[in-house]
Amino acid sequence: MSEAATPLWEVFIRARNGLSHKHAGSIHAADAEMALQAARDVYTRRGEGQSIWVVRSSDIVASDPVDKDMMFEPTSSKIYRHPTFYEIPEDVGNM
Amino acid sequence: MSDNDVLFTYLLRLADDQLILGQRLGEWCGNAPTLEEDLALTNISLDLIGQARSLYSYAGEVEGKGRDEDQLAFVRYEQDYLNALIAEQPNGDFAHTIVRQFFVSAFMAPFWREMEKSSDNTLAAIAAKASKEVAYHLRHTSEWVVRLGDGTDESHERMVEALEDLVMYTGELFESDGLVKAAIEAGFAVDVASLQDEWKRTVDSVLKEATLELPEAGHMQSGGREGRHTEHLGHILSELQYMQRAYPGMSW
Repeated sequence: MSEAATPLWEVFIRARNGLSHKHAGSIHAADAEMALQAARDVYTRRGEGQSIWVVRSSDIVASDPVDKDMMFEPTSSKIYRHPTFYEIPEDVGNM
Repeated sequence: MSDNDVLFTYLLRLADDQLILGQRLGEWCGNAPTLEEDLALTNISLDLIGQARSLYSYAGEVEGKGRDEDQLAFVRYEQDYLNALIAEQPNGDFAHTIVRQFFVSAFMAPFWREMEKSSDNTLAAIAAKASKEVAYHLRHTSEWVVRLGDGTDESHERMVEALEDLVMYTGELFESDGLVKAAIEAGFAVDVASLQDEWKRTVDSVLKEATLELPEAGHMQSGGREGRHTEHLGHILSELQYMQRAYPGMSW
């Protein structure tokens, strides 16, 4: 089937309650209902999911790889933003 | 026929339906129109074969002659298979596959729902699992029926042909011969005749949305429950049984 008849959709799966939906991949489908079913059939065959989101790929606004330096480079020198400078009491265990 | 024989034969009929239809759908593996649908069809196939496995295993227990699921599935002759004829009809084009699956799923959804009330605990448990699987089969095929029927001129035309070719195999699903009646009396079986109205309502409502109509059936084909099959079953079995015939008793 042609790309126009079955556009691309991005699939997000939530594995369990309390987790967030994670990008699983993409599928082609004619409309929202068929996209949901295709996502179910392609990406949840091994019990991966409790919930599915599908989004038209063309509706996703993405950053431009050309802007990589501008967008992300400035944070690399700000190591104090990582929460690694705190002493964690032993009682707290893993954070 | 003893009650045990009735149950055994009843289980075989039900298991054969799922196995043969599952095998048919499996033929799409690697050949479906898109990767997504390839997986969708083979998922359905695996659901059906899973149901068949449970039913054959239980049938083997009920029979008590030491036959396991493999022997019942793979080492019988053509006339020993008791599936409804619709299960063995060729895949044809995608429209034929979808219509066949839609017809069967619209029947099996209420069938398994009723079977959940069976007096036989094992059958009721198999039904509870199968109900959820078939609910999805019905939803998936219904969506396709609507899109193909109300799609392009060509997809509509192919759906009309598929409906005309397959409607004559739907009557057999609702037949109650002596065995079914004995099974209903024993309390473990589904009164299939009582499901016909619901089936018709489901089919009609989806076909209406698809701008299609269920054709008049005229003469309904029948015979599968007695082991009288269309010419297609032998070809299915030659492929299905090859490994067990060539290497008897082999396992994975």
